[in-house]
Amino acid sequence: MPETALAIGGQKESFFMKKVMESLPEGGNLNMCLTCGACASGCPATELEGMDPRKFLRMAALGMDEVIEKSDWPWMCTMCQRCIYVCPMKIDIPQLVYHARALRPREQRPKGILGSCDMALKNESTSAMGASPEDFRFVVEDVLAEYREAQPEFKNMQAPIDKQGAEFFLNQNSREPVTEPDELVPLWKILHVVGADWTYGSKGWAGENYCMFLADDRSWEHVTRLTANQADTLGCKVFLNTE
Amino acid sequence: MKIKFTVQDPCQIVRKSFGEPIAEDLRFVVKSIVGEENFIDMEPNRSNNFCCGGGGGFLQSGFKEQRLKYGKVKDGQIQATGAQYCIAACHNCHAQIHELSESYGGHYQVVHLWTMICLSLGILGPNEREYLGNDLKEVAVFHPETAM
Ligand code: SF4
Ligand code: SF4
Repeated sequence: MPETALAIGGQKESFFMKKVMESLPEGGNLNMCLTCGACASGCPATELEGMDPRKFLRMAALGMDEVIEKSDWPWMCTMCQRCIYVCPMKIDIPQLVYHARALRPREQRPKGILGSCDMALKNESTSAMGASPEDFRFVVEDVLAEYREAQPEFKNMQAPIDKQGAEFFLNQNSREPVTEPDELVPLWKILHVVGADWTYGSKGWAGENYCMFLADDRSWEHVTRLTANQADTLGCKVFLNTE
Repeated sequence: MKIKFTVQDPCQIVRKSFGEPIAEDLRFVVKSIVGEENFIDMEPNRSNNFCCGGGGGFLQSGFKEQRLKYGKVKDGQIQATGAQYCIAACHNCHAQIHELSESYGGHYQVVHLWTMICLSLGILGPNEREYLGNDLKEVAVFHPETAM
């Protein structure tokens, strides 16, 4: 279907759901609902905004695209997939939710998520908290030096950045380097004790990806490729996502 | 010490990625650390667990009231175990469950798995204990003289 056919509102037929189905294997089974309600009864987001997963799916099937576009509920479903897990038809409601997020113009999506995504696009850290690669290096080296001295059993502990040929590429949630650097250390210690050969990347070290939550596919891909490319460039065999 | 622990199965790691095998691995590690008799599972658990409400960007979406309401079921499941600690091996879970504990008066501690592993190995220093409760803050401290 051409892009132009995705006009929102007023239609009897659901253009939104049709479009989503075209993008999913087996159409996400979206037209196979038995209306049994198993999804809704075990969904923690049921009742928020007067909505639940079954109702949301019915609204989409009935072409109530305008209501779906206006609802804040897609931002309250965490896409946890419990509904799929319990659904007898394995219907992919979270994908419907994800696409519903994208119905809104980017700048009208929740400010916190938008801001975190934009922050990640600012530099090559991909950090939602805006820490630069230099900030990250400074914190890691500083904390490492401090602990090597204070705890001599760990005087040989490593926390490398861009170590060529390391087996594991590890990323890190920005919260530790930015707000609680001491919390970096236990993980380093475990990796040291087991003798893991690992490295952070100067690019794409930040594990969080709010562009994905924003349903901004291009930025999501940018962030993911940046970090994956760094792991490839360093020749790492395993990508460890601590998120 | 008779301290009880439960564990949150992160949706992203268990149901959405590696399924039951990793849920078993997680329990193997946790039981090895705290002792089998001190571990108690939430209901439901593993791939059938309830999301805590920290995922999908909810933490940054601005809908705080709804987010805490979403997490009320999870809080109830944790409180039903009677555990003093919930181990959260995911950042989003950690942040959200910590807030649930404070909001609903459960006052259970929420800890990273890495903290517990290092504690059990006797290599957890005094400044790496942000999330331990008073019952464990002073236990097996590595290099206590470095406390800040
Ligand atoms: S569990 Fe599946 S079949 Fe049942 S109402 Fe929900 S989506 Fe429909
Ligand atoms: S994915 Fe969304 S709709 Fe499905 S159970 Fe989780 S919160 Fe509910």
